[in-house]
Amino acid sequence: MSHTLLETINLTVRFGGHVAVDHISCPFRTGELTAIVGPNGAGKTTFFNLISGQIAASEGRVILNDHDITRMSAAQRTHLGIGRAFQLTNLFPNLSVLENVRLVIQSKAGRGFNIFSMADTHKELTQPAMDILTRVRMREQADQSVSELSHGDQRKLEVALLIALDPLVYMFDEPTAGMSVDEAPVVLDLIADLKARKDRAILLVEHKMDVIRTLADRIIVLHNGALAADGDPSEVMASDVVQEAYMGRDLEKALSHV
Amino acid sequence: MLKILVSGDTPRSPILLALLIVILIGLACAPFLFPGVRSVDTAARICIFIVLVASYDLLLGYGGIVSFAHTMFFGLGAYGVALASTHMGRGFDSLLVGTIAGAGLAALLAFMIGLFSLRVRAIFFAMITLAVASAVAVLVSQLSSLTGGEDGLSFKIPRALGPAFKFTDGEILGVKANGKLLKYYLVFLSCFALFLFMLRVVNSPFGRVLQAIRENDFRAEAIGYRVVHYRVAATCLSAAIAALAGALYAVWLRYVGPDTTLSMEIMIDILLMIVIGGMGTMYGAVIGATLFVLAQNYLQNVLSLAGDNVSTWPLLPELLNADRWLLWLGVLFILSVYFFPTGIVGRLREK
Repeated sequence: MSHTLLETINLTVRFGGHVAVDHISCPFRTGELTAIVGPNGAGKTTFFNLISGQIAASEGRVILNDHDITRMSAAQRTHLGIGRAFQLTNLFPNLSVLENVRLVIQSKAGRGFNIFSMADTHKELTQPAMDILTRVRMREQADQSVSELSHGDQRKLEVALLIALDPLVYMFDEPTAGMSVDEAPVVLDLIADLKARKDRAILLVEHKMDVIRTLADRIIVLHNGALAADGDPSEVMASDVVQEAYMGRDLEKALSHV
Repeated sequence: MLKILVSGDTPRSPILLALLIVILIGLACAPFLFPGVRSVDTAARICIFIVLVASYDLLLGYGGIVSFAHTMFFGLGAYGVALASTHMGRGFDSLLVGTIAGAGLAALLAFMIGLFSLRVRAIFFAMITLAVASAVAVLVSQLSSLTGGEDGLSFKIPRALGPAFKFTDGEILGVKANGKLLKYYLVFLSCFALFLFMLRVVNSPFGRVLQAIRENDFRAEAIGYRVVHYRVAATCLSAAIAALAGALYAVWLRYVGPDTTLSMEIMIDILLMIVIGGMGTMYGAVIGATLFVLAQNYLQNVLSLAGDNVSTWPLLPELLNADRWLLWLGVLFILSVYFFPTGIVGRLREK
């Protein structure tokens, strides 16, 4: 049974006089993949930051599983089930690939304050981390330092960290941007698998039309920080409001050029 | 077994391994290899500064936190022992009480400074530590009825650690077997244990979180680590260990004063040692402290020797005069930062 997992109510943030996110009320259900689209500067990433707690809301609320998480820190939200992969790669550059994933598993296990044991001896943390690396096909690079990885591999690791966290709400911000043609399907398959599980809500900021067409159950369109359209992919793409949001251009054409 | 002792953090460089073994043997056998008041005193200082610098590395190299209050914590431990020994009389119980009180107070003070200032920017924390450390240094030199002011405090340590205490017929391998020898081994073994403990801490799950925070605090928070909590915990731990080093220093010298424990000069020495040795490596503290303390104590002798040898040359004797040792220490420092920006250990570990 699908139910509402995450909901924003009149969520708003102002930077000075500029309203970056303008009273967005929107529920997100389990088993549903919502694509968030909109022109550059429409507030997509800011909307993400408000949900995952990187910036504080000026107004409105964020509700997760009936808990008001609006005033919580990013770390607290993470423990309650909000997980985020970033648009710009945001990793621990001088640690190994394995260590990056292991840190996530360790955070989930709540073992961060263990100071008397050796980190490398914790098989219960290392093994799941290796499994994740196998899933994203990065097992061979486990001992490499992240700063030595190619851009595409860093993007893949970014997604791997989120998979390792296994939150209730998955938030992907252009996960395949900058990936090669061979790498992108690995990530898209992982997202499709998550969707098939039916017990997670997935939010996806994406510009690539083919990705949206194959994965999205629903599209929401942001325009100047406000919710401009919300609904079934085929309906939304045809609607007037979307045409206007993209300044008269055909959405599909506009998106495919980004 | 050895690997567990060093918490899996091997030197990863044959030259570094050789250097560390030489230093370890040198310090472990110092009273026998280099008998003499001055050389044993140097060895004890090296031990204590290794712990002090390593505890600072825990903060700076692993946590990415800049603090200028490390000598304050060092001083708290030293004054703790001195005050307890003065007021409770000589004895191991007063050493213990003083050490625990000093370390506890250091941790408490670190907790308060951390809680107030680590939430905001790193630079703010650095400024606050500087302010608090200066305030404490002034307070200690003003409260002369309690702390002895600028003159400091001389106190008595247990007889078993003094030169008058003899055991095993008074000699081992030609070295006087007295309390002084016991005191050296008290310092050496405590420092060895503390260093191994810190090596464990930086390689524990907690240490990995600290490194993650140093690398990218924003993402560390996003994967669920409360960055402030970890920074405060690291500050407290580092402060407590610095205080323990201070307590050992006080026991070794049987004296505390603002110049020996609280001064900004020592703070700068710590920074130099960590930069020369290599930040974020722990072993850098060993190499840095050893080289620096040796240079501080023996560069003068080396220079006067060199100066005598070139006495017929023009200008050189003037440059190599024993009084110029501080100049040459400065030159050595500049060269080491220029050629080894990642410190000696960082350089040795490069492939």
